[in-house]
Amino acid sequence: MADQAIAKDPEKERRKIKSVSKMKEIMTTYYIEAKTARENGKKVAWITSGGPVEFLIAMDVIPVYPENHGAMIGASKMGVDLCEKAEEMGYSRDLCSYARTDIACSITNGGPIGGLPAPDFLVCCNNICGTVLKWYEVAARFYNVPLFILDTPFIHSTFSEASRKYVVQQTYEYIAFLEKQCGKKMDFERMTEVSRLAVQGLRLWQEVLDTAAHKPAPMTAFDAFFHLALIVTLRGTQTVVDYYSQLLAEMRQRIADGIAMVPNEKYRLLWDNLPVWYRTKWLSDKFSSHNACLVGDTYTSAWSGVMDLIDENNFIETGAVAYSSVYINVSLDIMFETLKKLIKKYDVDGLVMHSNRSCKPYSLGQYDLQQMVMRELKIPTLIIEADMVDERSFSESQIETRIDAFMETLKK
Amino acid sequence: MITAGIDIGSITAKAAILEDGRILGAKVLFTGYNSRLAGQAVLDDLIAEIGITRDRIEVIVATGYGRNSVDFADKAITEITCHAAGAHFIDPSVRFIIDIGGQDSKVIRIDENGRVVDFAMNDKCAAGTGRFLEVMARALEVDLDGFGDMSLKGETPAKISSICTVFAESEVISLISKGETRENIIAGIHESVASRVSALAKRVGVTEPVMMTGGVAKNIGALRALEIKLETVIRVSPHAQVNGALGAAVLAGGIALTKYS
Ligand code: SF4
Repeated sequence: MADQAIAKDPEKERRKIKSVSKMKEIMTTYYIEAKTARENGKKVAWITSGGPVEFLIAMDVIPVYPENHGAMIGASKMGVDLCEKAEEMGYSRDLCSYARTDIACSITNGGPIGGLPAPDFLVCCNNICGTVLKWYEVAARFYNVPLFILDTPFIHSTFSEASRKYVVQQTYEYIAFLEKQCGKKMDFERMTEVSRLAVQGLRLWQEVLDTAAHKPAPMTAFDAFFHLALIVTLRGTQTVVDYYSQLLAEMRQRIADGIAMVPNEKYRLLWDNLPVWYRTKWLSDKFSSHNACLVGDTYTSAWSGVMDLIDENNFIETGAVAYSSVYINVSLDIMFETLKKLIKKYDVDGLVMHSNRSCKPYSLGQYDLQQMVMRELKIPTLIIEADMVDERSFSESQIETRIDAFMETLKK
Repeated sequence: MITAGIDIGSITAKAAILEDGRILGAKVLFTGYNSRLAGQAVLDDLIAEIGITRDRIEVIVATGYGRNSVDFADKAITEITCHAAGAHFIDPSVRFIIDIGGQDSKVIRIDENGRVVDFAMNDKCAAGTGRFLEVMARALEVDLDGFGDMSLKGETPAKISSICTVFAESEVISLISKGETRENIIAGIHESVASRVSALAKRVGVTEPVMMTGGVAKNIGALRALEIKLETVIRVSPHAQVNGALGAAVLAGGIALTKYS
């Protein structure tokens, strides 16, 4: 009897991604190192997810990402308490829930890992949104540490020469800032090595995502959400290159063995915007129950989407230009071009857009994008309203009805 | 062949029974606390009314927010698909449906086969729903049934600018104290509902002819205000309130056919 109780469904076991345990191990080690940095004489910098982390790695600084922290808080369903705490402090409910929960953690040392290690300095790049500017200013005041801001102009149509000069100039200022904070000169040879690893990591990540173009897909966007953490946090290290090589090999093997993540994949969908972190399992089960697989998304490919703009031998001059060009720092027309490519690459039957109450730059314009997609590509789209971390913005029965109705439309 | 559709909404439970494309009957009850029991009760009542035995019903389809709790149904289908099927059944030329129910409003674009092309729902907020009208009727101490006729007498509709039900209610109260006529206030309320719903409709893209379903379709004031906003004549289903249940019964017919073929 006891044996029966623990017997696992072999089919389900076969579908599980084996590399996951290694990934968890890497992330745990990373957070332990970050939390014990001070004892080990290392500096910690907080940096935004779209910021040029490579320079920190080259300077031997441990980068810490409040946004990744926010995602962990969301995934561990601790968002509401922390959001409420921030609201008690006077922050508006309309403020991004990553910012709210992270600010609340600074005060309470709450959350899944008892708060982030205090920063020695902060690096904020506004290529993702304007929220991070104020959020990092708050952190700079709270921890009383210096803040470096990298200002990346929004791209309406093309990136002008003046803009290019502007961000390159700031890159040199960034290096000078780091040299001052660390009390040592930048080792440019090491920087070249880090750049090479960063680009290699980005390429591998893109290759991993590309495996989902195979029918049936060996992984889904939900798996991509999970595996994304490395390219964000440890980009520019050998660890990332090794891990994604392993993951890529596993995905290729799954294709060879005919292992699909959604058992009877019949409908292929593309996801737009950040995940709903506290409901990834529910959403994944919901779509699977309709034999639908979210094969790709605009979010996890945002990092690798700009890698072709980087010249690894001239990272200083090209890296910042690439970072200025990320998915949400561009006009709707450019976003639509990216969306079109993804829809084609993954050969999807529909688009699911998460209208994310927190992330305004990502969600503003989704209705226009939806119109563009329906008109030009004739692909059905669904918009669901939720929030990536704040569960109070998620209504299960309403979202369920929308998804069920959307799938009924697709199945006709 | 006899089929039944049950639509469990947040306020009312509806049932409709069809025999070979003919409506045998339809019924509405309050949902109450237990949606499974409500589904059972409304079906039992209807069966008794029509005078058939339960075993003659071949297939039952459940819809509405409570659709998954009706465990005796053969299948659960969302109200979007059911409303489309119901409207198409009543009038096959219809290409667009506006459904304003108690707790939500939805707009659905359909094709010549009654299939859903696109849809949008407003269910996060009471504005633009039957509940909004109920709250306003209470504030004005007017019976909701008289709302439509009264609003047609309003010559210069008052401006209700707030889109939030609670704020709109206080706006209405301040209009009353300023001496604005009830007729004008009610006309203004209908305009406000109409602008809410027409924004939703325009998002999906209105294709004519348009049909209105749901309980609010009975309200002539809301209907006229919507017609003005959308610049089109809107047809009203004679079975507006039970349209979802009717559609479910129609779809049950399709399931029955595949079952025996
Ligand atoms: S607003 Fe959006 S881009 Fe900015 S921090 Fe929040 S989730 Fe990230």
